[in-house]
Amino acid sequence: MRLYAITRATLEKDIRLEWRSKDAINAMLFFALLVVVIFSFAFDPTAEESRRIAGGLVWVAFLFAAVVALNQTWARELRNQVLDAYRVSPAPANPLFLAKALGNFIFVSALEALMTPLFIVFFKLRAIGQGWELVPIALLGTWALVVNGTFFAAISLRTRSREIMLPLLLFPISVPALIAMVNATTAVLTGEYSARVWTALLLAYDVVFTVACLFLFETVLEAE
Amino acid sequence: MVADAIKVGLEPLSSNPAVVAEGIIKQFGRFAALRGVTGEFASGKLYVIVGDNGAGKTTLLRTIAGLAQPTRGTISVLGTEDLRGIRAHIGYMAHPSLLYDEMSAMENLRYFAGLYGVEVARCREVISSVNLNPDLERPAGQYSQGMRQRLSLARALLNDPKLLLLDEPFSNVDSRSAHVMAVLLGQLRDQRKTILVVTHQPGILESAANEFVSMEAGRITARTPTLQAAHL
Amino acid sequence: MKRGITILAIVTALLLSYALYGALIGAPTERTMGDVQRIFYYHVPSAWTAFLLFLINFVASIIYLIRRSTKADILALVSAEVGVVFCTVVLVTGPIWARPVWGIWWAAGDIRLTTTLVLWVIYVSYLVLRRLSTSGQTPKIAAVLAVFGALDVPLVYFSIWFFRTQHPSPVIGAGGSLDPRMGQVLLINWAAFLCLAWLVCWTRYRLEVAQRHVEEANALESLLEGSR
Repeated sequence: MRLYAITRATLEKDIRLEWRSKDAINAMLFFALLVVVIFSFAFDPTAEESRRIAGGLVWVAFLFAAVVALNQTWARELRNQVLDAYRVSPAPANPLFLAKALGNFIFVSALEALMTPLFIVFFKLRAIGQGWELVPIALLGTWALVVNGTFFAAISLRTRSREIMLPLLLFPISVPALIAMVNATTAVLTGEYSARVWTALLLAYDVVFTVACLFLFETVLEAE
Repeated sequence: MVADAIKVGLEPLSSNPAVVAEGIIKQFGRFAALRGVTGEFASGKLYVIVGDNGAGKTTLLRTIAGLAQPTRGTISVLGTEDLRGIRAHIGYMAHPSLLYDEMSAMENLRYFAGLYGVEVARCREVISSVNLNPDLERPAGQYSQGMRQRLSLARALLNDPKLLLLDEPFSNVDSRSAHVMAVLLGQLRDQRKTILVVTHQPGILESAANEFVSMEAGRITARTPTLQAAHL
Repeated sequence: MKRGITILAIVTALLLSYALYGALIGAPTERTMGDVQRIFYYHVPSAWTAFLLFLINFVASIIYLIRRSTKADILALVSAEVGVVFCTVVLVTGPIWARPVWGIWWAAGDIRLTTTLVLWVIYVSYLVLRRLSTSGQTPKIAAVLAVFGALDVPLVYFSIWFFRTQHPSPVIGAGGSLDPRMGQVLLINWAAFLCLAWLVCWTRYRLEVAQRHVEEANALESLLEGSR
């Protein structure tokens, strides 16, 4: 029960603090928008082509926006060394991780929710397959990026070139998830094949790495 | 004696020493911050640790707090070498404030109280004990240095710790805040808490301290009951 | 120790020469692809060697996390470094082979090549982490990353395999049965590469051990200095 209480308290605190310093949120929202705009200039496909490549485009755009958000995960805990205050307390490590991962999940999902209508407009997207299938794909895919991203952000705390270390670690490990996300999305948009196996792969990926993160986060947190 | 201290389990008001260090060496690459620290800190006493910058005072405190692992040597705190198990009984105050700048005093302490499983009422109590106003809505980042240090001390006291570790609590602090903290520390020591204070201003605690510990180049070089005897 | 390495070096040199002869001259020329196909004797054994080395890295990392053994940490580092080198060989020989034979530099569906690429990227990031880490406990953090990498591998393999079933594309390496003489040369080349990998790893291991001894001696020296 205490685990839940600490997770919730940490998540609430983070949301409250994020809300108070709206500059950071606004800047990231604007960045997300910019990414879509740039992509619309870089790629100018017909509606037919759009459906084939949109899966890849959209997820790459989400990935870049996610990295910007993920790099901020621990910023507030580094200021004034607040992370030491957490470490010195008897609170276990995992609630901290879960709260941060959930916070990132909420925030990145918000970014995606902002970017998606723009993508639909710029690329004239329309799902030929079952549109609702995109929801579990988006949720599972976002979690895949966020759970490992939060973990690697913690690893990056103890490295030089922190902001580049995070994507450097995240991108390789995320490859199977990215392949799954992109192909699942394309499957739904084009309606040419089933997204079911890809979605199952995403689920498997999420389970494997969520467990791995929960298992190993304390080791990383306690490393000096 | 050291072996006995290590074998003993966690005891409440213990007559056993609060901290037992045996040959602590801490190296960061080539740099040795601690070069063999050995000694005991008895329970219920207030120790003032002094020394030049780089003497290893902060590293020693962090090692006792469990934030740093000794490269070599053993450390036993509150009767055990498992420093993770006794976290509920330790209060730690560092040179940075360890507080969220964007939250008020009560918001900050309420969050940390949750980590320790401490009631909210205790937050008000502890904030008042350092002469701060619990109902002040101002974010901690806008506090004066004196107020911030007092709030940081309040946070360290939330869980009513048996062992209090303070790193430079008086730095850049106005004399009134310093006095408030010094008086409080004396009272806490009288309540049988063990207090280790690292400071460049040992004079503030001259009357309250039980012992002055001098450190130099990663070792304890002198331990004296008075300031004069420590040539300070 | 030293004699062991010398013996291994000689054996490796002999095997490599024999394998080279087998690859370039001894093995029969492939019917459809011609002599270009001979690169297969470098491409495939390098891949197998790389995968084996990464497996060693995974096991060594787990041992480190459980037992904090320095030897395990050094073995993990060494196997990652040498594994990346063999991976690079696979990634270079692949396109060189593919271009004249299939007309393309790369095939996204080729499972061996694509898995190797992802492995290469994962282990390069592992080596970068080890290089850029400022922590006093780099081996621990690196071992954690190695575990993540190893967990990723089956997922990578499956995702590419399934991709191939939906997007059939040329596979570099050809199907069909292998002429037993070719199979023999392949295995000899693999044996030679394994010996080479072993030799390089062993040498690198000793180098790393020596380097750490020097660092420890330096640290001890600064520790014993009375003043700074």
